[in-house]
Amino acid sequence: MAGKIITITSGKGGVGKTTTTANLSMGLAILGARVICIDADIGLRNLDMMLGLENRIVYDLVNLIEGRCRFRQALIRDKRFPELHLMPAAQTRDKKDIREEDMERIARQAAEMADYVLIDSPAGIEHGFRYSTVAADQVLIVTNPEVTAVRDADRVIGLLEAEGHKNSKLIINRVKPELVRRNEMMDTSAIVDILAIDLIGIIPEDSDILFASNRGSPVVLDKNSAAGQAFREVTYRLQGQDVPFTPLKEPSLLKKLFGLR
Amino acid sequence: MNWMPLSIKGTPQGLLLQPKSQSWTEFLEALKQSLYDAPAFFKGGRVILDLGKRELKEDELLALRKLLNEHDIELFAVLGEDAQTQRTTRSYGIRTRLPGERHSQQRTNEPQVQGNALFLQKTLRSGQSIDFAGTIIILGDVNPGAEVKAGGNIMVWGKARGLLHAGAMGDENAVICALDMQPAQLRIAGYINRAPEGKNYQSQPEMAMVDGTMIVVQPWIARG
Ligand SMILES: Nc1ncnc2c1ncn2[C@@H]1O[C@H](COP(=O)(O)OP(=O)(O)OP(=O)(O)O)[C@@H](O)[C@H]1O
Ligand SMILES: [Mg+2]
Repeated sequence: MAGKIITITSGKGGVGKTTTTANLSMGLAILGARVICIDADIGLRNLDMMLGLENRIVYDLVNLIEGRCRFRQALIRDKRFPELHLMPAAQTRDKKDIREEDMERIARQAAEMADYVLIDSPAGIEHGFRYSTVAADQVLIVTNPEVTAVRDADRVIGLLEAEGHKNSKLIINRVKPELVRRNEMMDTSAIVDILAIDLIGIIPEDSDILFASNRGSPVVLDKNSAAGQAFREVTYRLQGQDVPFTPLKEPSLLKKLFGLR
Repeated sequence: MNWMPLSIKGTPQGLLLQPKSQSWTEFLEALKQSLYDAPAFFKGGRVILDLGKRELKEDELLALRKLLNEHDIELFAVLGEDAQTQRTTRSYGIRTRLPGERHSQQRTNEPQVQGNALFLQKTLRSGQSIDFAGTIIILGDVNPGAEVKAGGNIMVWGKARGLLHAGAMGDENAVICALDMQPAQLRIAGYINRAPEGKNYQSQPEMAMVDGTMIVVQPWIARG
């Protein structure tokens, strides 16, 4: 049976789509799933860096679409998990070089070879968003606890509903419990109340994320990371398990004062 | 012309194939014959199977795909109403709707005009808008960033949080009602009322109307 195609998108830029794609791809691979992640953000190419696979790229998605390489050649095998593969984006090309039907064909072909195909969508609601979501069996909407990000997420959900996508799930990223407590940040229930879709992840703000991205080693690998734990929980939920949401802890005073890890 | 167990039409997306026979074997035989008779018509192309209400079993689907593949033809999509057939089809990585096509089940959520009123049973999300000369009734929320514009009244059986404009053609007697009124902006005819700043609002049914020279919002109390 073909694997499940999951697209990660957001509307607003910079909310954590690529971070989420990297962590969920690796998290599912940790659980033993065969995973192919596709970087659909043509021209910006970030996913390879977050996974630490940047210097292994030979061919990319656009090469494959243009028939310059075979399917397998456009896949980079992860150095830690042999069942995790990345299809990188082209850095020197443009989103216009991709047609919806190309992306759909490639995603379906990937799904023949994997249990999960994760697609990292570009920000926005234009062409890049459309080609990234055409083949999706499920869409994960990433947002931050900010009115602008929530507004854009709502727009995206409306567009997806019009296209017949009915089971989109929500990930709220960069939650700071201490700000929520002080009423300085939207709390998750207010966000879910507006967006009215199922919540599948609450990811805390975590300074480990930046270090981890720079090192090419997603936080999901780090047993002590709060964000890593939250991403692990999402992977269980994606596999159909009903895992309760771990309440987020406020960072310790030391960590706050000195930004310690 | 003879009765045919199938119909074939060229479309921009591919060849549209409709079985006309109840028997799948008969349909496949007829298709085989067409493939034989007019190979150039099919060569390297793709086929969209349109089932209508008909169900398709897994082995029937696979037999068709095999036949097409033998002739170097892609089974591009299988369209039809039966949910089980759609699931089976998708489990083989074959699409069940055409790229860019609207989903058919969306229809129940489409606005329905009933007399002088427009009835909408869904939440209006950011960027979505609705515009109607009469009264608009919404069973759902109006989210921030959504817009509702009615020539007559607006009734929201849900939370009103976007921009609502009643009496948009100048009717100052128009009203706006909502189960929970927290809109970004209310307009009635030419009057504008911004949402009060601050967080002290109560979640209760309210009605907005023009009183004198301004819009007032009052708790809804049924009067005999
Ligand atoms: N939970 C978090 N805690 C702290 N920093 C985070 C968190 N999530 C993401 N970030 C940081 O936010 C920045 C943007 O993240 P990311 O690149 O994943 O967003 P994106 O949605 O993919 O952006 P784009 O729209 O540009 O593709 C990165 O520097 C990342 O390290
Ligand atoms: Mg990104």
